[in-house]
Amino acid sequence: MLWETIRLAIEAIQRNFLRSALTILGIVIGVGSVIAMVTIGQGSTQQVTADVQKLGSNMLMIMPGQDAMEGGPSGTVDKMFTIRTNNLLEAQLPILDASAPLGVSRARAVFGNENHRTDIVGTDNRYFRVAQWEIDYGRIFDIGELNAGKPVCVIGETVREELFGNVIPIGETIRIKALSCEIIGTLKSKGASTFGSDQDDFVIMPIRTFHRRVAGNTDVSLLIASVRDGVSTERAQEEITLVMRDIRRISRGEEDDFTVLDMKQIATMLSGITGILTGLLSAVAAVSLLVGGIGIMNIMLVSVTERTREIGIRLAIGAQTRQVLMQFLVEAIILSLFGGLIGVVFGLGIGWLGAYVLSIPFQPDVVTVLIACAFSGAVGVIFGFFPARRAARMNPIDALRHE
Amino acid sequence: MSDAQARPLIRLRDISRTYGAGEAQVRALDHVDLDIEEGEFVAIMGPSGSGKSTAMNVIGCLDVPTSGEYFFSGVEVDDLNNDQRALLRRHYLGFVFQGYNLLHRTSALHNVELPLIYKGLDRVERRDMAMQALKRMGLEHRAHHDPSELSGGQQQRVAIARALAGSPKVVLADEPTGNLDTKLSAEIMEILQDLNESEGLTIVMVTHEADMAAYAKRLLWMVDGRIERDSLTREAA
Repeated sequence: MLWETIRLAIEAIQRNFLRSALTILGIVIGVGSVIAMVTIGQGSTQQVTADVQKLGSNMLMIMPGQDAMEGGPSGTVDKMFTIRTNNLLEAQLPILDASAPLGVSRARAVFGNENHRTDIVGTDNRYFRVAQWEIDYGRIFDIGELNAGKPVCVIGETVREELFGNVIPIGETIRIKALSCEIIGTLKSKGASTFGSDQDDFVIMPIRTFHRRVAGNTDVSLLIASVRDGVSTERAQEEITLVMRDIRRISRGEEDDFTVLDMKQIATMLSGITGILTGLLSAVAAVSLLVGGIGIMNIMLVSVTERTREIGIRLAIGAQTRQVLMQFLVEAIILSLFGGLIGVVFGLGIGWLGAYVLSIPFQPDVVTVLIACAFSGAVGVIFGFFPARRAARMNPIDALRHE
Repeated sequence: MSDAQARPLIRLRDISRTYGAGEAQVRALDHVDLDIEEGEFVAIMGPSGSGKSTAMNVIGCLDVPTSGEYFFSGVEVDDLNNDQRALLRRHYLGFVFQGYNLLHRTSALHNVELPLIYKGLDRVERRDMAMQALKRMGLEHRAHHDPSELSGGQQQRVAIARALAGSPKVVLADEPTGNLDTKLSAEIMEILQDLNESEGLTIVMVTHEADMAAYAKRLLWMVDGRIERDSLTREAA
C-alpha cells in the first residue's frame, strides 16, 4: 500500500505539474539563496583571516597617541616618535627581531608625462624584513645611501606600472615634490589588502632623505616591529608598552601617549567585521527563504479548493481519511525533497561560482544546508498537508461541494 | 436480529438532518422513514430544497444525519466511524453526480480505476476491470483521454463506469442528467435502467425531471424534508 500511495502522490504531482513546479521553485530559491550566501560569507571570513596572517602574524605596529585605530596617528597634538625612539626600543628589547621607523606622506610621483599620487614612505632596510617585502628587480638601500640620505628609492608595483607601463625602470629618475630620485629597486606585488586598499601603491626612500627633502621635519609617525619566533605578540605588546613608557618618560599613573597594535588583534577585528557581513548576508538569505516559503504557501492555499474537491471525490469512492492524508503527505515530502535537493545543488553552485569570482575559499556549511532544507521542507509539508488534513476530515459531501 | 431475508437493503427510521442553529436552522430531512429493497430503482423527486439530495447523501454515507437510525443491509450505520463508512462506500456504493466529479487532467481509464486502487486490487487486474467498465459504456476508444477532452455525455458515462467498476450493491445518482440534453439524458437513463433490469443493481436517483423519473420503478415525492408520496411509476405498472 505504501508503494501505491507513493504512486498516487507521483501521479498527483504529474497531474498538477505547474503547481508542483512552482512549489519546487519556491523551495529551490529559499534553500539555494541561503546556502549560496552563507558559503560566500564564510569563504570571505576565512580569506580575511588568511590575508591578515600573510600580513605578518608576528607583527606589531606602534603609533603615537591613544585610540590610534579611531583617530589615526597623524594628529598634530600627539608627540611624534623619532628615529631614536625606534633604535632605543629595538636595543632594549631582545625579543624583537627587528623594528623599523616609518615616516609617511602623500605626494605626486612624476616621470616624463606620467604622474601618480601615492604614499611616500621614509624608512630603512629593516622595513623590508619586518613587513616581508621582497625585491623584484634591483636592490635595497646600501649603508651609504641610508646614512647620507641619498635621493634613491624603491617603488611598489602599482607605481611602477602607472609611471612606466611594462618597462623595468631601474636607474630611471622620478620626481617627488622638488626631489629627483633614482629608482634602485622594485618590489614584488602583494596585491590588494583585505581592506581593499592597494598595498603596492607606494614609494620607499631612506628616512633621512624623506625627512630632509620631502617632509621637512624629523617626525616618525609609525614603528613596525616583528617579534622573534616563539615569542607571543601578547607578551611583546606588554614589554613594548613598558619600554615605550620609559623612553617617552611617562610617569606612573599617567596614560600611555602611544598605541601598540597587534596584527592578531586586527585579524580578530576584521574577522568580526566579516562575521557581521556573513550575518547580514544570512539575514538576506533568510528573507528569501521566507519569501520562498510564502510562495509555497500561496500556491498551496490557492489550490485548496481544487484539492478539497479531489479529496471529496476520493472519500466518496471509498478512500479512508488516512489514505488520503498519506497521499498528500507523501506528495509534499517528495516535492520538498526534490526542491531541497535542487536547491542544495543550485546554492552550492552559486557559492562555488562566487568563491571563484571573488577568489575566496569555497566553504560550504553543513549546518546551514540542513537548516535550509529542514525549513523549506517544513513549509512544504505544513502548507501542503494541513489544508489536506482539514479537507479529509470533512463530511465527503462538504468536501465535494467546497467552493 | 431478524431474519436476513426480511430486512431491506436500506432502512431509514425517523431520520432528520438539520443545518445551522437557532433561528437560521434549516430542517432538510424531517423524521423520514424509508425502506428500499435490493433490486429496486427508486427516483426521488421534489421541489428545490425539499431534501431530496440530502436524503441521497445520507443513504450514500456522504453525510451524517442529525438524528434517527439508518441500517444498511442490517448494519447500523450510525455506529460506524468515518473509516468504516469509507469501507462501506468502497465495497457497496457507487456514485454518479450531476457535475460528474471526475479528476481533472486524469485519463478516463485512471478515473475508473481509482475505486479499484482503494479496493487494493493489483495493477493489471484493475486495469482490466476498468477497461471492461469503460467498454460497457462504449468508451474503450476514449480510455486515455482526459475528461476535458470528452463531451458531457461521455464524461457522465465515465462517471457511471467508475461507479460500476467496484461492483457495488447500490448506485446513487444525484441528478445524473442535469447537465445533459434530452437525447443524451435518455441514453444515460437507458443505461441505468438496463443495469437495474439485467443485473438487478439497486439504483437510487434524485431528479427534478418527470421524464427521467419515469425510467424508475418507484417514485418518492418529497416536500419540506418529508416523503409526501411513495408510488410505483407507470413503467413498473
